[in-house]
Amino acid sequence: MSFWGQTLEIARVDLRVERRLGDTLRIVLPFAVVALMVFPLSLGIELAVISRIGPAVFWSLGILFGMQIALRQSVADTQERRDLHALLGVDPAARFVGRMLSGGVLMLAFLVVLFIAMVLIYGPTLPPGSWSTVLVGTVLFSIGLTELGTLAGEVTAGLRNRTALASLIVAPLALPLVIGASQSLEALSRGAGILPWVLLMLATDLALAVVGVGLARPLEEATR
Amino acid sequence: MAPLVHLEDAGVSLGGKPILRHVDFELQPGQVVGIAGPNGSGKTTLIRVLTTLLRISEGTGSVLGADVNSDQVFRVRPSIGMIGHNPALIGELTLLENLIHIARLAGVPEERVGTALEVVGLDEAADRLANASSFGMRRRIEVAHLLLTRPRLVLLDEATSGLDNSARELINALRDRTVADGGGVVMVSHDQKRLAETCEEVMGLASGRLVSAQ
Repeated sequence: MSFWGQTLEIARVDLRVERRLGDTLRIVLPFAVVALMVFPLSLGIELAVISRIGPAVFWSLGILFGMQIALRQSVADTQERRDLHALLGVDPAARFVGRMLSGGVLMLAFLVVLFIAMVLIYGPTLPPGSWSTVLVGTVLFSIGLTELGTLAGEVTAGLRNRTALASLIVAPLALPLVIGASQSLEALSRGAGILPWVLLMLATDLALAVVGVGLARPLEEATR
Repeated sequence: MAPLVHLEDAGVSLGGKPILRHVDFELQPGQVVGIAGPNGSGKTTLIRVLTTLLRISEGTGSVLGADVNSDQVFRVRPSIGMIGHNPALIGELTLLENLIHIARLAGVPEERVGTALEVVGLDEAADRLANASSFGMRRRIEVAHLLLTRPRLVLLDEATSGLDNSARELINALRDRTVADGGGVVMVSHDQKRLAETCEEVMGLASGRLVSAQ
């Protein structure tokens, strides 16, 4: 099977498992939407304040709940399944890209719904026609965070306390993504350019992709 | 004829602790070898070396012509099949979906999946989730996997433990077919008597050392 055939098969199975379990859309998402409502309920009807803090709350919840989605698949990956894929001749890089693809789709779906909920609840001031720009930022953030989660899962495979360790790896390395995503939304609301922030996220995504694909095989062999 | 497996003075240490020591082992095409030993004697470690998923720390070794400590192993891994302690299935997929996933990744035509399910007697339970299936059913799916992919080297790590007679018969059929195809089988168990019934040669493993038991 070709590299891309393996990649799509891994992604297809991950998404089918997610459809059965519903971890992201039936468990994580409702909690994130409820968490969105905490600030307006605490601040009362201070509409100006609520409108201003909306994007910040969105990205805070995006990174918090997004990490759970990013790490979900990696933590569920068992040694037996890794061995099975190795003995079937699956390229570790294809596994990485497949995981990234399925995780990225879930992350994007999660963030899009959360963003719509934020707009409805907080009513932030965004210039007309800025939706496509917001979508680009969200896509780049989704890809980067998923790459980080997948990479952290590979690094910690076979270790005890891997969930805690993976989170410790993801949190600091996600900073360029959080800065890029939050600043692009902030710049949009001021009517300023977002190119530097988009480039920051794009560079982070590319760097993580190169590291993830390049280290996939050595990492898989080293963590047996 | 070149051996399928050749280990010479092989040793494995994990975390600084020696698990296998001075192991000499050879498996010829068409041969079925059993390895018996008590719990903790290093049987599973030896099986993992033979799968090429674990590298040796001392000595030399080759599996299907590939040096076990080199990148040549990636080329031969698809020709190695293993049934380990825990069935390697995705619990949230049905038994049929698991086999389709395996067939696709192995490049086997999906049409053969139905036949494999029939052979292992699970055609009527195909839509059951792996998580909701019994241990014996999941084991049968692993046998179906190896019937589909037809590996040259089959490694069975306590594969018959906890199985009924009909499931054991399937594993025996898998063994016979592998041998008939010119492959080799290594069976590992703590039950030396059962190994003696099914293998032409049985070796003993004690404290990481391999000795002849017959």
